[in-house]
Amino acid sequence: MSTARLLWAYLSARPLTTLLTVLLVALGVATTTIVTLVTNQAEERLVRDAAGIDLVVGAKGSPLQLVLAGVYHLDVPPGNVPVAALAELRANRLVAQAIPLSLGDSFRGFRIVGTEPAFLALHGAKLARGEAFAAPMQAVIGARVAAETGLVPGARFLGSHGLAPGGPEHGEDPFTVVGVLAPTGGVLDRLVLTPLESVWLAHEGEPADEDERRILEEAREITLALVRYASPLAAATLPRAINASDRLQAASPAFESARLFRLAGVGIDGLRAFGVLLLATAALSVFVALFQALSDRRRELALMRLLGASPARLFALLLGEGLAFTAIGIVLGMAIGHGALEAAGHVLSRHGEWTLTGADFDTIELAYAACALLLGGLAAAVPAWLAARTPLAGALADD
Amino acid sequence: MSGVQAVAGPAPAASVSIDALRVVRGAATVLEVASLHVPAGAQGAIVGPSGCGKTTLFAVLAGLLAPQAGRILVDGVALEDVAASGAHALDRFRARRVGLVPQQPMLFGVLGVLDNLLAARHFAGLPPERDAALSLLARLGLEGLERRRPRELSRGQQQRVALARALVNRPALILADEPTANLDDTHAAQALDVLSAHARDAGATLLIATHDARVRERFEVLLVLPARAAPVPAAVPASGSERATGAPSA
Repeated sequence: MSTARLLWAYLSARPLTTLLTVLLVALGVATTTIVTLVTNQAEERLVRDAAGIDLVVGAKGSPLQLVLAGVYHLDVPPGNVPVAALAELRANRLVAQAIPLSLGDSFRGFRIVGTEPAFLALHGAKLARGEAFAAPMQAVIGARVAAETGLVPGARFLGSHGLAPGGPEHGEDPFTVVGVLAPTGGVLDRLVLTPLESVWLAHEGEPADEDERRILEEAREITLALVRYASPLAAATLPRAINASDRLQAASPAFESARLFRLAGVGIDGLRAFGVLLLATAALSVFVALFQALSDRRRELALMRLLGASPARLFALLLGEGLAFTAIGIVLGMAIGHGALEAAGHVLSRHGEWTLTGADFDTIELAYAACALLLGGLAAAVPAWLAARTPLAGALADD
Repeated sequence: MSGVQAVAGPAPAASVSIDALRVVRGAATVLEVASLHVPAGAQGAIVGPSGCGKTTLFAVLAGLLAPQAGRILVDGVALEDVAASGAHALDRFRARRVGLVPQQPMLFGVLGVLDNLLAARHFAGLPPERDAALSLLARLGLEGLERRRPRELSRGQQQRVALARALVNRPALILADEPTANLDDTHAAQALDVLSAHARDAGATLLIATHDARVRERFEVLLVLPARAAPVPAAVPASGSERATGAPSA
């Protein structure tokens, strides 16, 4: 006989109450766990995709749209800018690197991105098969593109106009796949990468003579450029300088994604509040369960006093029961939260590029666990205090 | 079989010693005992109609209730000294020195028979001594029932478990409250035999509170408590209203 054994005897004597109370705690903990981890992983994902990109420079419009289009490839770009803008950026000594991107075409819903080999290096991409593109109309495809389209090095495909699937196909200029990238878990997985010239050629047609070639080349555009600062000083002056021009705007991925999170933050906070509400409900049910126990066990509590248990022991016993409900619920809730995320990650990895994993831990989870434990303890404290005051007289006969 | 069954041994010390005890509840005196001295190992009855204060007397002897006046020694120790020695010294003293057999068996419903005994050791702060508890259960004819829950036992078996629990800490004093209530003659005799025999085996003093004539036939009446009109505030005269019988050796 030990205190733990006694606690277990009481918990298992009322399986339904114990199960319901534990489940309520578990649901609250699972909800806060899931919200925390999903938010973290989404944030981390956004940060990872934007790594090495200090500034996105493109046509005037919404800066958030520019970042979503240029970094995350989620939105349509605001427009194009003359290719001369790239040269101007590169001439600026505050700019360490400027990588051009040209958007507008797609293949079965995957964006065809005209760029330079530096873009691959920026994302730390490694080739799983084949080689990097070296000439126009050669393409390197992301891991998911390869998996979903079945394209392999040597295969040829036609790009279609527009970023949505089902646009009109570009006549007779097929791309040739020269390489397939290893999965990165990032945005690269769903892109088709090709030299800038491919995009230009696909839209220009064959020039008749040198003059026309020159005119065409002068009219060439890029969609945007990904800029890396030469020094931290650039952050203070470069965006302002670019935004002062009448053609260009500069947007910071870090700033815009933070803004995005602030916009989405209401929903996230709502979910988190829901989790906390569940925890509060769980605490209430701990209170109810123990209050019920108090009246059910009035005689047994008196008996404990009779057998030598001090009021402090009775307090500890009931408090321990409340904490046991809560602790089991916390462990179960964490298991449910991490397990659900892992399961969701498996499903999503087959359907999208969202990579969720349950094998992740945030120390804030410990704070939530401590919060839940505290709530459970507080809920148990009142019944426990009443138990400690059990009158001894009740232990003898009823007279 | 009647009378005090004194334990053989050198000059038995008083196991219970009461002088000028008075318990007041509100304005009413609910219990008065001028003098009671019971030698160690003795067995006897405290009789009186229900409501006369038998249970109150037991509560006082067990340290559950502090009297308004009087000096009480249990196992040679003054209860007020125990109470003064620490916040829960009386709880500990009761747990280790006094075995209570309540009127209702009052067992822990969620625990098995053996665990009910071990709980008594646990709450008294004593090591489990499982084997001793098992052999005690065997002596009380409860072998094979160690894992049963109280509700799976007959009433008689429950009472024997309650007795085993009162004995498991090897107390100096056993207080049995109406042990024959609601029992027919056969079972009452059995219950008294078991109580008497095991208290003797354990070398413990046995006091039985009862209003049952069957108990009086078998045990010496140590104290008779008169009926009281409990809630009436007018107190009965302080002395002479109780016939306090001193134990033979006192």
